Amino acid sequence: MNLWNKLMCYSRRRSPWLFHMNSGSCNGCDIELVASLTPRYDAEQLGVRLEGSPRHADILCVTGPVTRNAVGAIKTVYSQVCGPKAVVAIGSCPATTNVFIDSRTLDGPLDKHIPVDVYVPGCPPRPDAIVQGVARAAQILADRAANKPVVEVKAELPTEEVRQ
Amino acid sequence: MSYKIPMGPYHPALEEPYKLDLICEGETVRDAKLHIGFNFRGIEHLAETRNYIQVIALMERVCGICSNIHTLTLCQAMEKLTGQTPPPRAQYIRVIMAELERLHSHVLWAGIAAKLMGFKTMFMTCFELREKVMDVLQAISGNRVNYSMNRIGGVNRDIDDPAALLIMIDVLEKEMVRKVIPIFTTSSTARSRCADIGVLTNAKAISLGVVGPVARASGVAQDLRRAAPYAAYAEMDFQVPVESAGDVRARLMVRALEIMESCNILRQALTKLPPGELNAGEGKLAFITGTATSRVEAPRGEVMYSVSWKEGSNKPARVHVRTPTFVNMPAIRSMVQGARLADTPLIQASIDPCYSCTDR
Repeated sequence: MNLWNKLMCYSRRRSPWLFHMNSGSCNGCDIELVASLTPRYDAEQLGVRLEGSPRHADILCVTGPVTRNAVGAIKTVYSQVCGPKAVVAIGSCPATTNVFIDSRTLDGPLDKHIPVDVYVPGCPPRPDAIVQGVARAAQILADRAANKPVVEVKAELPTEEVRQ
Repeated sequence: MSYKIPMGPYHPALEEPYKLDLICEGETVRDAKLHIGFNFRGIEHLAETRNYIQVIALMERVCGICSNIHTLTLCQAMEKLTGQTPPPRAQYIRVIMAELERLHSHVLWAGIAAKLMGFKTMFMTCFELREKVMDVLQAISGNRVNYSMNRIGGVNRDIDDPAALLIMIDVLEKEMVRKVIPIFTTSSTARSRCADIGVLTNAKAISLGVVGPVARASGVAQDLRRAAPYAAYAEMDFQVPVESAGDVRARLMVRALEIMESCNILRQALTKLPPGELNAGEGKLAFITGTATSRVEAPRGEVMYSVSWKEGSNKPARVHVRTPTFVNMPAIRSMVQGARLADTPLIQASIDPCYSCTDR
């Protein structure tokens, strides 16, 4: 890998731009995503910025259980994000459709339509967890750009001490 | 020559997916068409397949911003069908949760309005302040968004230490008075972006039947906390702020004053918190056949639930929800007519729309 490629990988990891997409979410995850960018949790220290256009973004953050009306838009937006790209599914809804399971107006979960790299479970997940998920996606982005194999990280279960 | 500008459904100025087709002449908006339904999850149908415990968890997820209000309204309706009365302490805790929710919702709205004005610093300030409200909510319920506080006949969790929460409320109010309210009311940037835009006259407000802060900013003095008190609101002493201008600035002022009133109500409720039980008792609930309705003043206006039940069933026969955005949304059309195109994001946000509540 030459110097230029190394620099590109570093930049991808250190300045991931997000596009936030609401695919029928209840706003819970959406406000937590916004809260994770604000002073208390400060995802901007990782170089994260929320972008208005998918064409400027590297990471697609999807919330919501994927309603039938949103399926077309999700595919369009995913194809508009320039490669290399990563997808973060925020909340339990895009992962499993959560409490809305069995609804006839849903066409979820999200991985039926686009490949998902990081799942951030929770209803809604705490902003800390969202920041961690985005940081993980940024690493995947850099690995993908360098053509390195993406290492799968298994969830670490909290130890007894942490739980108490 | 008029032309059409589609705004949305996925647009940086919108927090949620919905579509606004603006018919413009030059820079002036002549008409607007609103398309909704991108958030339609079929919750009302799903509610008919869930039992009376599951339906509370489901309805909490109608909206992530006013989650507590939805369970409160549903539980009040179901209490009418089971004949249970929540004890006084539970009523007070319900008031405290509802007011904290109003507080965080209004601060959130102030932040989003500031962002749409192009006032990013203010957006960050508001969200920093909102985290302080979230701290109080988390201290009470352990959660940041879905508090799961309400149950049929009472509340799930107690407030152990009201005195500690009082200190947090004082800090909050001081920050509001010192930072947020002066900037929104006196700053020339904020004033020039909000004054005289998106005007909804009093007559128009009445004919459209708008509710909540939108109605109160157009001179319609209606508030369910005052007009039809629920929970422990009858025992609280508070003002209902009303403005007559009907523009975005008036809506901003009403919400700013409501933040102060919420702090006032919270202080009263925490001081007067009566001792006693948290719920009307354990055991299997017996529902009677019939329909019960319940109305509550949510941060955005009036929420109504109508719950039908058949005796012997543990699932509702029908749960109907009427949300404030459903009635406030048509007002956007008359607000944007004649407005400048650049003002439309702020005007549509000024009703504090919640399309996930409306689509369900």
